[in-house]
Amino acid sequence: MKKIEAIIQPSRFDSVKDALHEIGVEGMTVLEVRGHGRQKGHTEFYRGNEYTVDLLPKIKIEMVVPDALAEQAVQAILKAAKTGKIGDGKVFLTHVDDAIRIRNDERGDAAL
Amino acid sequence: MPRLLSRLLLGLVLVVGLAAGRGLAQSSAPSDTPAPASQAGATPSTADRLAQLEQQVADARSSGDNAWMLTSAALVLMMTGPGLALFYAGLVRKKNVLATMMQSFAMMVLVTVLWALFGYSLVFHGGGGFLGGLGYLFLKGVGAAPNPDYAATIPQQTFMVYQLMFAIITPGLITGAFAERMKFSAMLLFMTLWTIIVYDPMAHMVWGKGGLLNAALGGAFPTLDFAGGTVVHVTSGVSALVCALYLGKRLGYPKEPMPPHSVVLSFIGACLLWVGWFGFNAGSALAAGSLASSAFVATHFGAAAAALGWAGAEWLTRGKASVLGAISGAVAGLVAITPASGFVGPMPALVIGLVAGVFCYFMVAKVKGLFGYDDSLDVFGVHGAGGTIGALLTGVFASQAVNAIYKDSKGNTLPVGLIDGNAHQLLNQFVGVIIAWALAIVGTLVILKIVDVVVGLRVPAEHEIQGLDLSQHGEEGYNLEV
Repeated sequence: MKKIEAIIQPSRFDSVKDALHEIGVEGMTVLEVRGHGRQKGHTEFYRGNEYTVDLLPKIKIEMVVPDALAEQAVQAILKAAKTGKIGDGKVFLTHVDDAIRIRNDERGDAAL
Repeated sequence: MPRLLSRLLLGLVLVVGLAAGRGLAQSSAPSDTPAPASQAGATPSTADRLAQLEQQVADARSSGDNAWMLTSAALVLMMTGPGLALFYAGLVRKKNVLATMMQSFAMMVLVTVLWALFGYSLVFHGGGGFLGGLGYLFLKGVGAAPNPDYAATIPQQTFMVYQLMFAIITPGLITGAFAERMKFSAMLLFMTLWTIIVYDPMAHMVWGKGGLLNAALGGAFPTLDFAGGTVVHVTSGVSALVCALYLGKRLGYPKEPMPPHSVVLSFIGACLLWVGWFGFNAGSALAAGSLASSAFVATHFGAAAAALGWAGAEWLTRGKASVLGAISGAVAGLVAITPASGFVGPMPALVIGLVAGVFCYFMVAKVKGLFGYDDSLDVFGVHGAGGTIGALLTGVFASQAVNAIYKDSKGNTLPVGLIDGNAHQLLNQFVGVIIAWALAIVGTLVILKIVDVVVGLRVPAEHEIQGLDLSQHGEEGYNLEV
């Protein structure tokens, strides 16, 4: 199974969530985060003082899916999150050894 | 027959109408109204009836004035809490939001007690040049009877509580200069001494009978200050600069970013200040007459023009007009129009506001940066600079058509300001401003030295990093996770 971490624009979150539900991803964890990649923030002025805000608000989605679903999920995220502008975010894939459902000790794909 | 019916109907309507009118009159009349003299048997003489009528007219005027002045007093209190408290609290970092609000609120309670014990007396009793007397200590003799020296139509208690609200907001304004770094205990001691050493003498000099700068009651240098340009804004703004220089910068200033944590709070606060300022300026007429209307209008126009001035200057130099700029401009305009509000018409009010808005923007955005002092919430840039320019422009624009404050021995009105034909007034305004600056600088330095020795001014570095909410008050402003 694979863990997918996607960091996306907050404005694309609803589309990404719907796209993932459509292909059968049943669970996800969503975090409001701040960060930056190549997109270098913006400046703000308060009474003549200039502040550079380089950490921008983003949404981070974490989910673990069966190997068979992983590529499909990645494609769904890419399609739904893309605006074509700098700052669209990134997707990371990692291998996960096991998953355990706390309620009934199920393991592996059954626990997802 | 139809004619008779219509007459009957008319009669019925008249009877019902009269009965209803009498009922209304009776229900609105106070129960302790004395019975008409005719019922007692004797017919009152014309002189008696005239005297009675005059008394009733005076009572009616008094109740009108008193209603407006009590309303104004409440409006001016609203300027400090929640107006100023919100305005300032939004401008600090979120770890200091409560401590900043508490500094305004502390003035509402601390200065009130001091005013009752001796403050009012030091400002408004007796006729010394620099300070009042002790005759009103513990508010002795301050009751329902008016004090005709100041306001002949309202109870002196109303006048006293109205003036108290000014004594509250003035030190409240200073707190913005040392925001985010002063000990709460030091702040309380500082403000106690400041109201005694700086505010009370300055207020007496300008507004007290016989005060050195009093324009209406025999001052040597009659300075026009309708609602407190020198007394409130120059003293607080200049004292704020001294505090900022003496205490030093906040840790990390100016390298570390310290943007306002909520311009939303500041916006609400600024709008409350604007509304409250009608009580501040129009209330300073001390009556509900046409002078109050004139001051109300000048106040509003000054604020609007200044908001345009500040935001416009920002737009031209930075490419955007900010919300914080617009509300800061409005406050700067309200400050500048304060001394002029009872002396100028709407057009000079627009000019004063526009000049103040642009001038204060450059004081805050450029001059502060050049000198590098950390006047955290720009008390000097807005109140010191705006108050000074407003006091001087009052000497330019004050008009006898608006307020005929100067009269010759025959009772003819004399020119008031520079444009009116009284160039000398500008000199008097300078004297008033210089005395306010000097008193604020010397008084504040002495007080800071005393407080520094007795309790220490600044919180320790780790408390400043932790934030004053936790270190001074043991609370947090936002417990959003709970």
